Amino acid sequence: MPSLLAVDGLTAAYGATQVLHGIAFALEAGQITAVLGANGAGKTTTLRAVCQMVRTGGSVRFEGRELVGSATENVVRLGVAHVPDGRGTFGALSVEENLRLGAYVRRDRPRVAEDIERMYTRFPRLKERRHQQAGTLSGGEQQMLAISRALMLRPKLLLLDEPSFGLAPKIVAEIFHILATINSEDGVSMLLVEQNAHLALGLAQQAYLLETGRVALAGTSAALLADESVRRVYLGY
Amino acid sequence: MEGFVHQVFAGLANGCIYGSVALALVMIYQATHHLNFAQGEMATFSTFIAWALVQQGWPYWGAFAATVAVSFAAGLLIQRLLLRQFERAPVLTNVNVFIGLLLIFNALSGWLFDHTVKSFPSPFAQESVLKTRWFTAHEMGSFLVMLAVLLALYVFFRFTSLGLAMRAAALNPESARLVGIRVSWMLAVGWGLAAAIGAVAGMMVAPVVFLDPNMMAGILLYGFAAALLGGVDNPFGAVAGGLIVGVLENLLGAYVIGTELKLTVALVLIVGTLTLMPAGLFGKRVVTRV
Repeated sequence: MPSLLAVDGLTAAYGATQVLHGIAFALEAGQITAVLGANGAGKTTTLRAVCQMVRTGGSVRFEGRELVGSATENVVRLGVAHVPDGRGTFGALSVEENLRLGAYVRRDRPRVAEDIERMYTRFPRLKERRHQQAGTLSGGEQQMLAISRALMLRPKLLLLDEPSFGLAPKIVAEIFHILATINSEDGVSMLLVEQNAHLALGLAQQAYLLETGRVALAGTSAALLADESVRRVYLGY
Repeated sequence: MEGFVHQVFAGLANGCIYGSVALALVMIYQATHHLNFAQGEMATFSTFIAWALVQQGWPYWGAFAATVAVSFAAGLLIQRLLLRQFERAPVLTNVNVFIGLLLIFNALSGWLFDHTVKSFPSPFAQESVLKTRWFTAHEMGSFLVMLAVLLALYVFFRFTSLGLAMRAAALNPESARLVGIRVSWMLAVGWGLAAAIGAVAGMMVAPVVFLDPNMMAGILLYGFAAALLGGVDNPFGAVAGGLIVGVLENLLGAYVIGTELKLTVALVLIVGTLTLMPAGLFGKRVVTRV
């Protein structure tokens, strides 16, 4: 059985600047894989390359199907949801409209309404603010909305770009707890990009360490946590 | 006093037409941030189609509906086949394409339907319930038609999933792609809507100003003034702008500058709005942090 996501020789460039230099990794169905690295290592670009938001070369196979060369909206339609940096919510639209948009490609209307209610149960604060403009929410609420919006697609794979960015530790803990629940209960696989290596390794089973557009280290989270250099550089003790 | 009130109401009637044209301009502007200079000539061409159908013996409302549908499809196709090639092109390239379209549609109208001035029927009988003290039946009818168009657009954008997707695509194309919206197609639907609204405006104004290939040239200028005054990203502002421009133009024409200089009012309004308050009366001020 092929991996849910199999990436091989992946390159990506913004204009003349090449950011990824042939990276390879795989993600098995039901798993959470973390992508770690310093600023500018290519973590965000890796996610953007998977859903074809940047010019890419090499191969990205999702359920055996080649994604390189297809349009972002078609990658999404295969069941890949992306919570990008900057969150990708529509600030001028209401919370509920954002959730409805998340399910835009789904055709099972009654189930969509059910799923919106499920999101509200999971994030009760979104329910209180359902008719409020998304742009007026707090940072934590916006991140919750961004994740809910992505889940409204009923994705098989969720791409998360630094869900902890700019949030208070308590909110971050809450969000990571919910991500773990979503993974175990709904079986959604995740590719998680994080600056906070400690958090990411706590959630993920597998991890890849990027350095200037190349995979420098790969292994189970436990192995990376035990690795001397990782501990010194990325965990800071 | 009687005369003054009459001028105001006549201005409101014209304003409806200007508002409709402005609405068509706003449809495309919201999605692409371009002003379609060919909007007027496209509307004229649509009106000629309606005229030809009526000449063929079609009932008025049948011809009306068919024209709106054909215009929508044509607008959609123009974006798909032509404008799509220039989605990433600089603004000036697009302006050139719009002017090209303007000339093409103007020439097509003249070539297919010749340049003689034609009378165009009004669907509203002169002596009907629509006729009031201040409005002729046609003026009142045009007003109701525009109101219906506005209401339909409101319902479409507010309550349908396609309308929501179009708003999302206009607000943030990249995020829209991430929920699976085909952004380029949303632009095409915007073009279709604009062409359909333009067609309605053309059919409503033609009984008043008569139909010839240059029918909309002046009206488009008023439409621009209306769209800018109302705030070019706000459909309701566009209609309000249209009504204001209509009344202002009529009153100034009647009492201050004379009918000869009426079109100047539109030009002064365009230049004045752009220099003094670029966001218009109801537009959103865009502030960028640098």
